[in-house]
Amino acid sequence: MSILVDEKTRLLVQGITGREGLFHAGQCREYGTHLVAGVTPGKGGQTVMDDVPVFNTVKQAVDKTQANATMIFVPPAFAADAILEAADAGVPLIICISEGIPVYDMVEVYDYIKDSGSRLIGPNCPGIISPGKCKIGIMPAHIHKKGNVGIISRSGTLTYEAVGQLTALGIGQSTCVGIGGDPIIGTRYIDTLKLFQRDRTTKAICLIGEIGGTAEEEAAYFIKKNITKPVVGFIAGQTAPPGRRMGHAGAIISGGQGTAESKMKVMKKCGIKVVKSPADLGKTIARCL
Amino acid sequence: MNIHEYQGKELFRKYNVPVPNGILIHDKSEAVRAAEEIGTPVVVVKAQIHAGGRGKGGGVKLAKSPQEAEQHAGDILGMTLVTHQTGPKGRRVRKVLIEEGMEIARELYISLLIDRQTSRVMIMASEAGGMEIEEVAAETPEKIITEVINPVVGVKPYLARKIAFALNIKGEALKKAVPFIMNLYQCFVKEDLSMLEINPLVITGDDGVLALDAKIDIDDNALARHKDTQEFRDLDEEDPNEIEASKHNLNYIQLDGNIGCMVNGAGLAMATMDIIKHSGGEPANFLDVGGGANEEQIENAFRILVSDKKVKAILINIFGGILRCDILAAGVVAATKTINLQIPVVIRMEGTNMAEGHQILKDSGLNFIIGQGMKDAAKKAVQAIQ
Repeated sequence: MSILVDEKTRLLVQGITGREGLFHAGQCREYGTHLVAGVTPGKGGQTVMDDVPVFNTVKQAVDKTQANATMIFVPPAFAADAILEAADAGVPLIICISEGIPVYDMVEVYDYIKDSGSRLIGPNCPGIISPGKCKIGIMPAHIHKKGNVGIISRSGTLTYEAVGQLTALGIGQSTCVGIGGDPIIGTRYIDTLKLFQRDRTTKAICLIGEIGGTAEEEAAYFIKKNITKPVVGFIAGQTAPPGRRMGHAGAIISGGQGTAESKMKVMKKCGIKVVKSPADLGKTIARCL
Repeated sequence: MNIHEYQGKELFRKYNVPVPNGILIHDKSEAVRAAEEIGTPVVVVKAQIHAGGRGKGGGVKLAKSPQEAEQHAGDILGMTLVTHQTGPKGRRVRKVLIEEGMEIARELYISLLIDRQTSRVMIMASEAGGMEIEEVAAETPEKIITEVINPVVGVKPYLARKIAFALNIKGEALKKAVPFIMNLYQCFVKEDLSMLEINPLVITGDDGVLALDAKIDIDDNALARHKDTQEFRDLDEEDPNEIEASKHNLNYIQLDGNIGCMVNGAGLAMATMDIIKHSGGEPANFLDVGGGANEEQIENAFRILVSDKKVKAILINIFGGILRCDILAAGVVAATKTINLQIPVVIRMEGTNMAEGHQILKDSGLNFIIGQGMKDAAKKAVQAIQ
């Protein structure tokens, strides 16, 4: 098993006629993901990649193709609107790759999404992959291997780093979820942890965090109470200066809050195996299995 | 993007949030006229830099005559102001705000921010104005009032009243505080701010409610839809290397160490800084070249790294996904040749087209040090300096 995406996932891509949207839709399809439709307003009726129909609205795409997941590759100024359209059309899983969405747009989106039946992953995330089954996102597929470690992360390339170390050790992954580097995201650590706890394939969990906010601390308290599987954690930004945004909109130490030190301390206290060096992620997880 | 106090007050005026009368000057010769025009018996001379704690650092002074205002302006303009937020290097003051003085009855605090826990706008307020809010939070957290705002409803009169009553605002001042708070929220949302702080918010002797200060951070992601606030950007307040990097869509932050790093992805870039430190070195910067960097960007990134004279070695850590290792290698080789680089370069590359990338490095005939994994690369970079 795996979480969120698998062989049954039917993917639609919003922004499929854009350069990046088309490229990554193709990459996902090549990996084996069922790509059933694309949406670009005004380009309905066209087809891309020979046989993938493009629709004007998400609603039309869902009605015609029974898509049950969407990947959003829309420029940041229009991405919030694209998320709302997907939720309004009842798409159960919305994965928003776009980076740079204004934060107040996400305040409104979050308020809408939380009462809808849809789950939003991201924005500003690499997506989700259940190796050997389904890839929705921009991660390099070839570094992954089917297996039983679940990964949750706020960062893209740092997740690849952890995956690369695991695969090199012969350890596979059940599902890797990039939850996104923005201050407001649709799905947090805790939501994903719950899914990994229930998933029988997942034997250990790797939680990759970074400075900013208190999501890792909240996750740590949740793990202590509810997660029986071993969890290995890492926090990026141990040497980051306060008050500066470190690439991700959400990666900022402000008012003394959100330091790596405080996160690592709480995580350790809650029984998570915290590694100081990112190079130790793979072998520490290996020891838990 | 941070903006100056005087710019923040311009925004406040646009939303009918009362602020003191003030005139911005760039030279002390303008001070007498400014003070006379304002016309109050006392004026305040305030340094304009992107940092708090200006008063304690000597950047805010009272003047009882236009001549005294001129003297203070002369002292403050051109000085290097060091506060707890500027770092030890401080900031050079290039602009001064001359503002009306007034009789202050009470000093309060109010701020608006994006609360990550609730994913909503939050208002924080306190009767302990004039103090650092972090101090208040640590010592007397019960003195801080918080209200989380429902985005559909916004700040309605009842909520503004609730906050005003909690701050013990009474009488005539209460009638002014309610629209003040409602307008402040409008300003926050309509201008796409990510932080707004007024410290102090004052109640004057004649029951006026005024924003005596304005500390504002605008959401960078939203700047594209605010042509007017884009002009608030002050390049004098930014690091020259950071300005150069932003021109090439590179995410660069200057630090104090001597190992320059170039990484793809923000998380990996932070982790690379961390591992340099764990290996006994000091990172000179944070640099995320992003997911889809091309050869030209790589070359620009390289130029920026070496323009920092403190940099004695470069560590390149790339986990190729969309960014292919061969593209990176070609960019690095080209840049090394064009700028005739003399310092050691350690490269760790993994992921897409890794073999092709390593071949390009090898064929270049240049003397790159290859790291096997992050740890090895960091260690080699530290050793290269010793």
